[in-house]
Amino acid sequence: MKMIIVAGTPGSGKTAVLIHALRSLKERGLNSSVIKIDCLYTDDGKKFEKIGIPTKVGLSMDMCPDHYAIYNIEDMIDWADENDSEYLIVETAGLCHRCAPYTVNSLGVCVIDATSGPNTPLKVGPFLSTADIAVITKGDMISQAEREIFRERILEVNPNCKVIEANGLSGQGCIELAEEIVKSPEVSLDEEKLRHSAPLAVCTLCVGETKVNKKHHRGILRRIDGFQTYEGE
Amino acid sequence: MIDKITIIGGYNKQGEKEPVEKVFINRGEIFGVVGPTGSGKSSLIGDIEQLAQEDTFSKRKILVNDEEPSYEDRTNPRKKMVAQLSQNMNFLADMSVGDFLSLHAKCRGASSKCVNAVVNLANTLTGEPIKNDHELTILSGGQSRALMVADVAIISDSPIVLIDEIENAGIRKHDALKVLSGHGKIVMVVTHDPVLALMTDRRIVMKSGGMDKVVGTSEAEKSLSKKLNKIDEFMLSLRDKVRNGDVIEDIELGDVGI
Repeated sequence: MKMIIVAGTPGSGKTAVLIHALRSLKERGLNSSVIKIDCLYTDDGKKFEKIGIPTKVGLSMDMCPDHYAIYNIEDMIDWADENDSEYLIVETAGLCHRCAPYTVNSLGVCVIDATSGPNTPLKVGPFLSTADIAVITKGDMISQAEREIFRERILEVNPNCKVIEANGLSGQGCIELAEEIVKSPEVSLDEEKLRHSAPLAVCTLCVGETKVNKKHHRGILRRIDGFQTYEGE
Repeated sequence: MIDKITIIGGYNKQGEKEPVEKVFINRGEIFGVVGPTGSGKSSLIGDIEQLAQEDTFSKRKILVNDEEPSYEDRTNPRKKMVAQLSQNMNFLADMSVGDFLSLHAKCRGASSKCVNAVVNLANTLTGEPIKNDHELTILSGGQSRALMVADVAIISDSPIVLIDEIENAGIRKHDALKVLSGHGKIVMVVTHDPVLALMTDRRIVMKSGGMDKVVGTSEAEKSLSKKLNKIDEFMLSLRDKVRNGDVIEDIELGDVGI
């Protein structure tokens, strides 16, 4: 089984780019299955089904979608196996981008929207810096100069990634992405590890506290000046 | 050195083969792209900008000097053969003009000394002066376009120049075209404007997403182009008058020589 983990900001065009890439795999007789992880709502599952690709949707609701995706990986691989798929594509709606849902042997694909401004690559952390491939979308909406600066900024954050400029509407660049999917390595679940640890969040907010006043909070708390304390027993 | 590029036709919007199978464009040639809105002019320009290899919607293929360009040639901005002025009228990048230009110069491997040259050139094309410390996002449409033109001419100094609808830019279009079409370059201009279209050597006519035919500019058209130019200059002078708050009493078409 080859596992492709696709992360990206909401509305960046993950689904549009994947539809073109997976259609191209299908034309070559290669089977893939898609898991779409979102938070509250998605109808992207239908879009994949429309091009004849087995699709399962997972909604993480009040839980971090990347955490949710990570501990469901085993079941996802089993399901893709049942579908006789060579490729499992996990599309995840990461929220804070402090997470990087990529595992060591998966193909980590980060989809990033060029209209979000040239400082975005510096802001998004491991979701870009640990990716194998950075797919830049919506480049047709900005000037060539801005596009080139955006690309350079991505390479500053992740000098080893392959940059693909793609267009989710026309399908430009998506065949190139399909090519990379085919070349990706096999995963064996027993040995598989995350590339980057998930963010630390062990506090009263995690278990549902809604009051904002300081005195209500316990756990590992970090102050804005960088000082970190543990409150509690 | 780029001596010629070849566009190998793909498919139109209906999925039918394009009527024009192959177009060769040579060094020093100014080529027009004409056709109604939605006929695929910008897509054709897009294909050339990316040096498409049957990997776009149209499935066109672009050869440079009869060869497929390498992946590095297609993507590395320092090696980029194509400079493009797209239809975008505004910048989205949240930074100052000076910072933006020096960053872009760095991407293209150009000297940061270019920055002032770009701003000075842009200021010859637009009425309202641009300064280095202006924020990009507050520039007017005319200022943005003038800056994009100057940036393409000086920083992205590439052998192939693609221009998408310069006439809507609110800048001096003839000067802009002159600035962009430096000596020995391959220039492609998307246009609706007869003044510009007749200035080209040949033009591709687009229809429902495909290249329908290639028309060579005739001698008669070339001399017509000079007349049209005069009319255009006349219109520009009127426009300046209106802009400056003058009242136009009467116009004399004899002045134009027609």
